Amino acid sequence: MMQEVTIGVSTVDVGALAVGAALLEATVRTATPLAYAALGESVSERAGVINIGLEGSIIAGALSATIAAGAMGVGGGFAAGAAAGLLVAALFALFAVGLRADQIITGTAITLFALGLTGTVYRTVYGSGGVALTTPTAATHALPIISTLPLIGRAFFAQPLVTYALYVIAPLLAWWMQRTHAGLALRAVGEYPEAAIAAGISPRRTQLLAVLFAGAMAGLAGATLVLAQAGTFVEGMSAGRGFIAIAIVVLGRWRPLGVAAAALLFGAATSLQTLFQSMGWTGIPYQLFLAAPYLLTLLVLAITAKRGPRRLV
Amino acid sequence: MTALRAFAATTVRVVVLLAIALAMLAALLIATGHDVVPALSAMVRGAFGSYYAITSATIVRMVPLALAGLAVSVAFRAGILNIGAEGQLLVGAAAATAISGTLVGVPWSIGIPVMLLAGAIAGGAWAAIAGALRLRFGVLEVISTIMLNFVAQYLTGWLVRGPLQEPTQVNPQSATLVPELHMPVLLEGTRLHAGVLLVVVVAIGVWWWLRSTASGFRLRAVGATPTAAASAGGIDVPRTMFGAFLVSGLLAGLAGSVEYTGITYALYENFSPGYGYTAIAVALLARLHPLGVLATALLFGALQAGANAMQRDAGVPSVVVSVVEALLILLVMAADRWRPSRADETGT
Repeated sequence: MMQEVTIGVSTVDVGALAVGAALLEATVRTATPLAYAALGESVSERAGVINIGLEGSIIAGALSATIAAGAMGVGGGFAAGAAAGLLVAALFALFAVGLRADQIITGTAITLFALGLTGTVYRTVYGSGGVALTTPTAATHALPIISTLPLIGRAFFAQPLVTYALYVIAPLLAWWMQRTHAGLALRAVGEYPEAAIAAGISPRRTQLLAVLFAGAMAGLAGATLVLAQAGTFVEGMSAGRGFIAIAIVVLGRWRPLGVAAAALLFGAATSLQTLFQSMGWTGIPYQLFLAAPYLLTLLVLAITAKRGPRRLV
Repeated sequence: MTALRAFAATTVRVVVLLAIALAMLAALLIATGHDVVPALSAMVRGAFGSYYAITSATIVRMVPLALAGLAVSVAFRAGILNIGAEGQLLVGAAAATAISGTLVGVPWSIGIPVMLLAGAIAGGAWAAIAGALRLRFGVLEVISTIMLNFVAQYLTGWLVRGPLQEPTQVNPQSATLVPELHMPVLLEGTRLHAGVLLVVVVAIGVWWWLRSTASGFRLRAVGATPTAAASAGGIDVPRTMFGAFLVSGLLAGLAGSVEYTGITYALYENFSPGYGYTAIAVALLARLHPLGVLATALLFGALQAGANAMQRDAGVPSVVVSVVEALLILLVMAADRWRPSRADETGT
């Protein structure tokens, strides 16, 4: 039963444990950008703003990270990614929060805007042929001892720093949302805006800050795609992750830890498809695997949508 | 008279918004280091510079944009945010392609309507999935239609490498449609096909339906205030909404089958250059008015034809047109904020 299986970049000998470990490793890697985008979106949705323009923040973050990493290294790339995502979200906020324009249509326009702008800038800077472009990539840091644990060791503890940051961000967000005054204010704006206003909270200011935070997180998601995964920029490489992130938020019941777990589930679905493909299951068209995350999103939404907070579904 | 006044008002609005968007485009071109004058003149030449440009680039692009724009308008009028015209269009084109294989030897007067109808039905069925998810399970159609767009894209990718691949099995595309079943060309030596006449008829039909029929009225009532439509009007809101999903999908699917029988004659992966997304801008700029859609679709057809010429002649990436489209949508959103009603207050 020994055969070679390639998942992502790592080649491993197959034993059930090794397959499982490789699968988990790919799962965590795929889930990282999704978790960033979805955690940010959970904050803005808790404030009552659905930002369909998340996709735009991701692609803007990816291109900015590509450009900046060449000059300033990986750290500068992540910073530029977050800044670009935030800028795109600021444009969304100007219309959706400032002018109270329809959130969905504004978000759609923002995504279209960012996809067009990044395509234009990319082809202008790097030529229409799309020169093979490589960026420095984030190094993997294997943590001592725990990274040698069977099955989960390498998957969770031999990852780039951007993944470790999530282990802090997700619980911190959960604590912030449930236990702090600011977190309560955020939820009040989303669920009971009248009560929030009565308590002296400005809904617009809260929503603006929430949208900007979500934009920066989505920008980090885009930077992660480039700097910790692909090592290059491809037009449209966000590939609907902004929309998938919105589904992840629903599946995670708008709670940061739930959202992080849901992101892992989506990462697993994507990794399974890579595994099946590499095992040569040619009987099943590979497009079915590519479509799987989107079908899973529909399924998840069908099961869970009716049970969301009143302003969000 | 009202129709005329509405037309004049829309024209003024479109011209002003377009001028702002083009000024922003010029700024973007300068910022990315392109020469503005040659770029924009290449754009104008590509859209209107010659008989061939007008008929075979601009008007030909108007056809799918108008049909998909009508699809978006009908849905938005009913308060349904169908972002899925792109997927519905693809599925429509795939259905027309699939059925064309059974139509060998059939006269065009039967074959073409059968293909168009197959596309419309498939588009309607694809939209019905989102409709059922919304009405039965409460899934926001915004998300479901976007997801279905991705699924339709991969479905097309599979079809053109599998069941619908051309006989030599070399290229990822379908067999070319037999010439007898091509949509008739209207002007010798151009690509202008009879689909443009169909679009005008369909737009007038949709306009009349929304304006003058009971079901059109119900649709508009549900879109304006669903609660009042249900309580005061006694309207079956879910049923009306589902109907709007279906009609919207039919129109988008028709856009796909018209494009297949009139222009591409084959199905392939990048069949649509984002017509379904541009359609949102088309519909909003027309303030969801079916006849206005004809004008704004022509405008966006010209923009896309011009953008292609700009890329060819001035080296400006044609994706820049997405930025213009997005800016136009945002400008419409900002402009309409100051209006008493969101949809068109005249005409329909």
